[in-house]
Amino acid sequence: MAYDKFTVLNSTCVPLPLENVDTDQIIPARFLKATKREGFGDNLFRDWRYNNDNSPKADFVLNNPTYSGKILIAGRNFGSGSSREHAAWALYDYGFKCVISSFFADIFKGNSLNIGILPVTISPGFLDKIFLAIEKDANVTVTVDLPNQKVIIDATGDSESFEINGYKKNNMVNGFDDIDYLQSMKEEIGKFETTRPF
Amino acid sequence: MSTTLFDKVWASHVVKSIEDGPDVFFIDRHFIHEVTSPVAFLGLENRGVGVIFPERTFATADHNTPTINQHLPVEDPLSANQLKALESNAAKYGITHWGLGHQKNGIVHVVGPENGITLPGMTIVCGDSHTSTHGAFGAIAFGIGTSEVEMVLSSQCIMQPKPKKMRITVNGKIGKGVLSKDVILYIIAQISAAGATGYFVEYAGDVFENMSMEGRMTVCNMTIEMGARGGMIAPDETTFAYLKGREQSPKGEDWERLLTYWATLKTDDDAVFDKELTYTAEEIEPQITYGTNPGLGTGISSTIPKAEDVIDGEASYKKSLAYMGFSEGENMIGKDVDYVFIGSCTNGRIEDFRAFASIVKGRKKADNITAWLVPGSHIVESQIKEEGLLDIFHEAGFVLRQPGCSACLAMNDDKVPAGKLAVSTSNRNFEGRQGPNSRTLLASPLVAAAAAVSGKVTDPRDFL
Repeated sequence: MAYDKFTVLNSTCVPLPLENVDTDQIIPARFLKATKREGFGDNLFRDWRYNNDNSPKADFVLNNPTYSGKILIAGRNFGSGSSREHAAWALYDYGFKCVISSFFADIFKGNSLNIGILPVTISPGFLDKIFLAIEKDANVTVTVDLPNQKVIIDATGDSESFEINGYKKNNMVNGFDDIDYLQSMKEEIGKFETTRPF
Repeated sequence: MSTTLFDKVWASHVVKSIEDGPDVFFIDRHFIHEVTSPVAFLGLENRGVGVIFPERTFATADHNTPTINQHLPVEDPLSANQLKALESNAAKYGITHWGLGHQKNGIVHVVGPENGITLPGMTIVCGDSHTSTHGAFGAIAFGIGTSEVEMVLSSQCIMQPKPKKMRITVNGKIGKGVLSKDVILYIIAQISAAGATGYFVEYAGDVFENMSMEGRMTVCNMTIEMGARGGMIAPDETTFAYLKGREQSPKGEDWERLLTYWATLKTDDDAVFDKELTYTAEEIEPQITYGTNPGLGTGISSTIPKAEDVIDGEASYKKSLAYMGFSEGENMIGKDVDYVFIGSCTNGRIEDFRAFASIVKGRKKADNITAWLVPGSHIVESQIKEEGLLDIFHEAGFVLRQPGCSACLAMNDDKVPAGKLAVSTSNRNFEGRQGPNSRTLLASPLVAAAAAVSGKVTDPRDFL
């Protein structure tokens, strides 16, 4: 198993109602100097989260004890910018196992799926409903049901279906990664390689 | 069936198609650098798996490297660590490695093309989003995350769903003082930083046909900034002339054979795209960004738009302007500038330095400006010297640094201080991109040169 299986997640949520949150904010470049994957959670949203003297910024949601949980609710175009997978590692290491938004940047979405974070795309209308529900009650829980591809606001029963590629869904439900699959195809790949013109 | 250039190159690389899943997609060339490869190699070791085709892999040190005193030991221990890891991993697996100090060292997306490693019809990946640069040659090239780096090292394939197709056509003739950087900044401003997400872009029309290879590289490089997975331009005589005779370009019979294949790499006349956009060259003036994503840009003579005239949401737009310290309706021309950076995989090639020289020649660097001139590679650096551009720079009070990604993402010491405003020929203006609390204006080498000698945001056409 490459990462924890993801089947049904039930959790309180952390709201980040900002659009266009780019990967430089999720994990600034100066933290890409590590040579191992662990420990990135400390630097998640570093410059929004901490002042230069490392004191926490009171107005950033991760420093607000009212909100906690394994699900991040984010405004549209989350994860734009760099291909740094470190952004996904930072979220995973901090404790988020799912990000819900109305729109994800492509590379970030792929990186998340590869390391065991489920990016869930819902309609802008439903995203607003979730933000509103959290505003009313910070302890509201959301259920993300991957096998049935449904997001449910538990307090009201409001739900919406989401899309996910069948192959990726199977990987996430079983905690598999692509590398195991590709290793099983080595012979076929070897044959293909000999046909390349360069 | 009519197919596009993208369809043709894609189809020739599918090893296997998975039902309701991605394709197993073969990668011809894998570029690696010191920041996104160490953990991938660690992963290989943990799995007990090797590098399947080391000869299809090329390593260079660029993101973390200092741009002065490269002959001295690297001071930052973490950077030094990553550079060492790249060197030892390359040696262990037999991968070509152009490390700090090597005569071919430079920014990954500069050294690939200039050495003839990038060819039309290839699939090319690298753990860096600006891998899209190589699409200028009619290759399918895109950035990948570290897990995918591990995938490609171990199997030379990735699992990739096929993106949708977009064609962007620009016809007409671009005006004096307008460069390829302005063309792409203009396009991104029209559709926003998320305008092409989910698509792979093909560029067509007079403007791209008449563009040099370096100009095409700038355009494909910035394609990622409108959310696209990558961009490509069909290979033609300009492409073949660029490639002929380069060190790793095919020679003799191989060259002739490939020319025949490359001639087939075109979009069929009646091929259909999922989305088509068309623009007119004459509408494009020198561009400059004013916000905190590359889509927030405008013609240099324009004012900063009102929130309702911009595609981005109002709240994030206002936050952006607040960070930059700008207001709706302000002019960009006349703003005092502190730093100028010319370099990066976007504009770090010889034509970019020629453009910069064309304005600074016979003029002096403004006193209030700190300027960083960073060549994309040692080969570019040599060309700058051979063509006498270095003398022009020195006369004007500029200093040439050594190759590296440098202030584009400020992983090394080339950081713009907090609050300072930089005109930069790089590709991203996100909050803190060039240093915590720094402010970035993205522009072409001509706009950068104009700022460097006047100390303010200035229309470069005033100098031409």
